[in-house]
Amino acid sequence: MIELKDVYKTYTRKGISNDALKGINVKVEKGDIFGVIGYSGAGKSTLIRLVNYLEKPTKGQVFVDGHDLGKYSDKELRAAKKNIGMIFQHFNLLESKKVFDNVAIPLILLKKNKDEIRKRVLELLEFVGLGDKAGSYPSELSGGQKQRVGIARALASNPSILLCDEATSALDPQTTRSILQLLKKINAEYNITVMIITHEMSVIQEICNKVAVMEEGRIIEQGSVLEVFGHPQHPTTQNFVKTVIQNSITNSMQKSIKREPGSGIYKLEFVGQCASEPILYKMIRSYDVQVNILFANMTEIEETTLGKVIIQLKGDTAEVNKALSFLKNSGVGVEEVEKHDVNYSYN
Amino acid sequence: MMSTTVTTDQFMQAIMDTLYMVGMSLFVGSLIGIPIGILLVVTRPGGVLESKMLYAIINPVINIVRSLPFIILLVAIIPFTRLIVQTSIGTSAAIVPLIIYIAPYIGRLVENSLLEVNPGILEAAEAMGATPFQVIWYFLLPEAVGSLILSLTTATIGLIGATAMAGTVGGGGVGDLAIVYGYQRFDTVVVIATVVVLIIFVQGIQSFGNILARKIRRY
Ligand SMILES: Nc1ncnc2c1ncn2[C@@H]1O[C@H](COP(=O)(O)OP(=O)(O)O)[C@@H](O)[C@H]1O
Ligand SMILES: [Mg+2]
Repeated sequence: MIELKDVYKTYTRKGISNDALKGINVKVEKGDIFGVIGYSGAGKSTLIRLVNYLEKPTKGQVFVDGHDLGKYSDKELRAAKKNIGMIFQHFNLLESKKVFDNVAIPLILLKKNKDEIRKRVLELLEFVGLGDKAGSYPSELSGGQKQRVGIARALASNPSILLCDEATSALDPQTTRSILQLLKKINAEYNITVMIITHEMSVIQEICNKVAVMEEGRIIEQGSVLEVFGHPQHPTTQNFVKTVIQNSITNSMQKSIKREPGSGIYKLEFVGQCASEPILYKMIRSYDVQVNILFANMTEIEETTLGKVIIQLKGDTAEVNKALSFLKNSGVGVEEVEKHDVNYSYN
Repeated sequence: MMSTTVTTDQFMQAIMDTLYMVGMSLFVGSLIGIPIGILLVVTRPGGVLESKMLYAIINPVINIVRSLPFIILLVAIIPFTRLIVQTSIGTSAAIVPLIIYIAPYIGRLVENSLLEVNPGILEAAEAMGATPFQVIWYFLLPEAVGSLILSLTTATIGLIGATAMAGTVGGGGVGDLAIVYGYQRFDTVVVIATVVVLIIFVQGIQSFGNILARKIRRY
């Protein structure tokens, strides 16, 4: 669907060169909602702008539907762009045109006839929930409504890919959520592949199924959102995950933990089905161990529940071991926290 | 009681001459200047039709013409004027230098208006796969219309000032009247009347431009 192969991008300005991308490899499958997250200046916008060739790679190749965009003539490239919609942080609507005409523009460029344009535009406005705003000017709309116009415009030419560069970064949390739901609906109903750039982990959590984490022009981690959220490897990824999943024991709790002989501290991870079963209860009933819950958190990612629990187990070594085996056999991830490890956090 | 040697007819004729000179040179000047402004914007580095060569030619030529005071331009191009309109005196002869004076000025003003357009909109246009012509026609110009009207208003007012000097080649107009009768023959009434007319012209044009721009912008 979308593939970036060993892509480098260097901007040169007044003799000073800036390596914005340093060897990017990304593969986005059809139907994915693919998120790219990173701090400002990481190279996210540069990356997404390569997908519709607003920027050309200095080195490497960009494939869309199996075609190398670098091999296209200008004309072929323009045709290919009709298949890729794009929405922007600041909407980029024509202020001088009414909502209707803004949405109609891609169709005018395609030289569709008036009736066809009218029908399609009204249908799109209805779809994005702005059926009554056709005659308004963008300046009369709220941020969320403007982005809906942007989305309708991006969908006008029936693209199979939608690129979103910080599309919700200028919006409040509630509006962000409603726009994300709309993107999800577009992905589900039209099977449009969505690529989202953001610096907010909550955006990734809300709708993405895959994620790539960027730093200084490189992808430092990528995979399914569940994988990356569940086991973030890189410190930057861990920082991003922390913003949406609380993952460490509170300070006062940490102070009150007594590391007695015969007791151990364990990080447990419940994924999916086993998060909804009374596993801890069963363990306590079956084995002679004392359980002290130090921390617990449940998060939903990709419609899967991810539970993180830190417990202290006290009891006979044999009983504790049996209890731990029971947990492992029930599909719970178990990891002992070393004695000298004072940072009881999930990463 | 103040008296004047200028008849009402003479005065009306002068007003008509001024309007004619301003109108004609604004019209032809725009026909030349607007495309120049567009060309400057699209050929500049990073423009949709980037062309180092074209930009490197147009840009300095405009600067050179723009750096000549109108009164000098007027005299300097007399041979050219004669070639075009077969005469070097009279209202028509004044229009040629007025056009050459105003076209590059309009070009610059148009360039500035177009550069004000939010670059994000051009990026959206490019992302839609618009051709360079479509970018200009469907995105750049509509977004700049309000600002373009204000630019042409400024150009018109500049032209009114320039027509006052057209008297040098017998161009007529209210400026000529003020110099010939008012200044050289101490006819205070003519001077006052001329000043009043010029103020009304300038105010009227500016207000008209402002209202039109606001109406079109609507934002
Ligand atoms: N057109 C450009 N010219 C020069 N440098 C650029 C340009 N666009 C981006 N950059 C630089 O490339 C780097 C990555 O920028 P960008 O892709 O916008 O990052 P992000 O979207 O993650 O904030 C930054 O250092 C930025 O300054
Ligand atoms: Mg960015």
